[in-house]
Amino acid sequence: MPTLNLAGAGRFLVLVVVFLAGIWSQSSGLIDDFIFYLPDIQFLAVQHLWLTAMSGGLAILVAIPLGILLSRPSMARVAESMMQVLNVGTTIPTLAVLALSMSFLGIGTVPAVFGLFVATLLPIARNTYTGLKGVDPALMEAAAGIGMSPTQRLLRVELPNALYVIFAGIRTALAINIGTVPLAFLIGAGGLGELIFTGIDLYEPVMMLSGAIPTALLAVAVDILIAIIAFLLVPRGVNPSRA
Amino acid sequence: MIRLDNLTKVFDTPKGAVTAADHISMEVPSGEICILLGPSGCGKTTTLKMTNRIVRPTSGKVFINGEDTSSLDTQDLRRNIGYVIQQIGLFPNMTIEENITVVPKLLGWDKAKYRERAREMLDMIALEPDAFLKRYPSELSGGQQQRIGVARALAADPPVMLMDEPFGAIDPINRAVIQDEFLKMQQELNKTIMFVSHDIDEAIKMGDRIAIFRDGKLVQYSEPDELLAAPKNDFIESFLGEDRALKRLNLVKVRDLASEEIGLVRPDDTLATALQRIESYGYLNSIVMVNDKRQPVGIINASVARTTQGHCRDHYQSVPVVISLDDDLRKVASLMFANDMTWVPCVDDDGRIVGQITQRAITHHLGSRYRAHSKGDSSAKAAEASPSPASKE
Repeated sequence: MPTLNLAGAGRFLVLVVVFLAGIWSQSSGLIDDFIFYLPDIQFLAVQHLWLTAMSGGLAILVAIPLGILLSRPSMARVAESMMQVLNVGTTIPTLAVLALSMSFLGIGTVPAVFGLFVATLLPIARNTYTGLKGVDPALMEAAAGIGMSPTQRLLRVELPNALYVIFAGIRTALAINIGTVPLAFLIGAGGLGELIFTGIDLYEPVMMLSGAIPTALLAVAVDILIAIIAFLLVPRGVNPSRA
Repeated sequence: MIRLDNLTKVFDTPKGAVTAADHISMEVPSGEICILLGPSGCGKTTTLKMTNRIVRPTSGKVFINGEDTSSLDTQDLRRNIGYVIQQIGLFPNMTIEENITVVPKLLGWDKAKYRERAREMLDMIALEPDAFLKRYPSELSGGQQQRIGVARALAADPPVMLMDEPFGAIDPINRAVIQDEFLKMQQELNKTIMFVSHDIDEAIKMGDRIAIFRDGKLVQYSEPDELLAAPKNDFIESFLGEDRALKRLNLVKVRDLASEEIGLVRPDDTLATALQRIESYGYLNSIVMVNDKRQPVGIINASVARTTQGHCRDHYQSVPVVISLDDDLRKVASLMFANDMTWVPCVDDDGRIVGQITQRAITHHLGSRYRAHSKGDSSAKAAEASPSPASKE
């Protein structure tokens, strides 16, 4: 079949390109340069992930209850204005947020975590809110009509049905978070930003890349991890990836 | 039994207060289906939803089996009322089993009992338990989903059910099937049911009583036949439609109008006898021939009897059209029109002829009710909607 041949040819081409790239990077000494930075990469990647885990975890812990709270009927009047406040948190450039938190909290991990936390908060809160608001009103009427209390409605109907959207928010937020952590180096919190910014300052592209490429890989890895968690946690009946 | 006592709902809108339901008082006797019928915005759904407090009444009371529900906790009240809505509202995150067992779980049944109950419910709605229990709502057709919706409402065996246009979103063919299934279930279950509909035909088919609403007021509350025979005012008359006399055909069974008198011939009778009977019974052109067990075997045409000599057994034609005693008049009328007949022989369950039903009897039955009512027409129109069926009897 011609399509099969085409796909086979494409795969072959990719293999050849990868192979050639390997030859080139080996012969130009690039690999050796990277290997030189390997211990740094390992240490900083762990630090990087720590920053993400702390700020992201904190953001999840705060944003989901916040989203739930704002989606309650009694909060309907203030919900949108509260969302705007959170929006402001995202529209301010993260660099500025970090700079601000540095001026209040000083240098180091604490202000970095705080700044990242602020930047990560909105996508999760926004998606939690939208996801809960988007639950079919007929479901809510059915749930109320058969005698579920408001808490039971939230836990058994609203959250399970909004979970996929909430997880989408967490994925977006953590991708942004990992991509932003390098800036935390600027206020003395470490992370892979150390290699990136130092590489830029020293005109060392290899050093810069050995910070940037692992950052990108971490973002992809975390995204896949969250996707797997979502796949497992979101009930099968409302999980598009398991339909 | 459900009794509504001066139930009123006033909505505050930017354009001012709107009375959605205005002092509704009515009573649904135990084991009956009461259809709330009317154009959209007439207050029927509001009235239904006030019964389980989805809509909070502005004033008035709801009694269920004689108990004033205003003293009950909202959750307790609702758990003891089955609730079915048009959008079905199955929880997509739960399996069919979980959906059906939601209320039993809320009521604290133990696991073995509610799992057994889920199987029972699926059997009742004629869906194979092993095939469906572990599936999700999105994998089912609309008709199947609504059957599950009904099963969920019935799972905890509540004495009372509220149904808000439950079959409105289902295609007409499936709807008729589900309606029939539901009526069959209701015969065994004897729930007290309030049922909102905007379809007059559905109301006549399903309802033991029909309450017609207009502009938030209960206009007429009667049994379907009564409603069709004696609409209280012009609004109801136009709502029921020009063909309301024909709609009554659905409500009357052959059994009620069949007369036992029927002219028959046996195979051994001569054609002369047949002709004589055709004339004496006033049949236009034929007579039914039966065997020893009074089962119909054919018809003798008058024209043949007139021109030919001999015995019936040698000159009969095809098996005649017959109707069962449990069929409704609509089917009789249809058969009469299709076969150009003015009478149809009736048979019992064993296929034996027990009588006949004539066009005359049908028109007389429908007409007599109208005549009886048009006499008292002026007084009926003047009377207000009677608050409860008790006062009518």
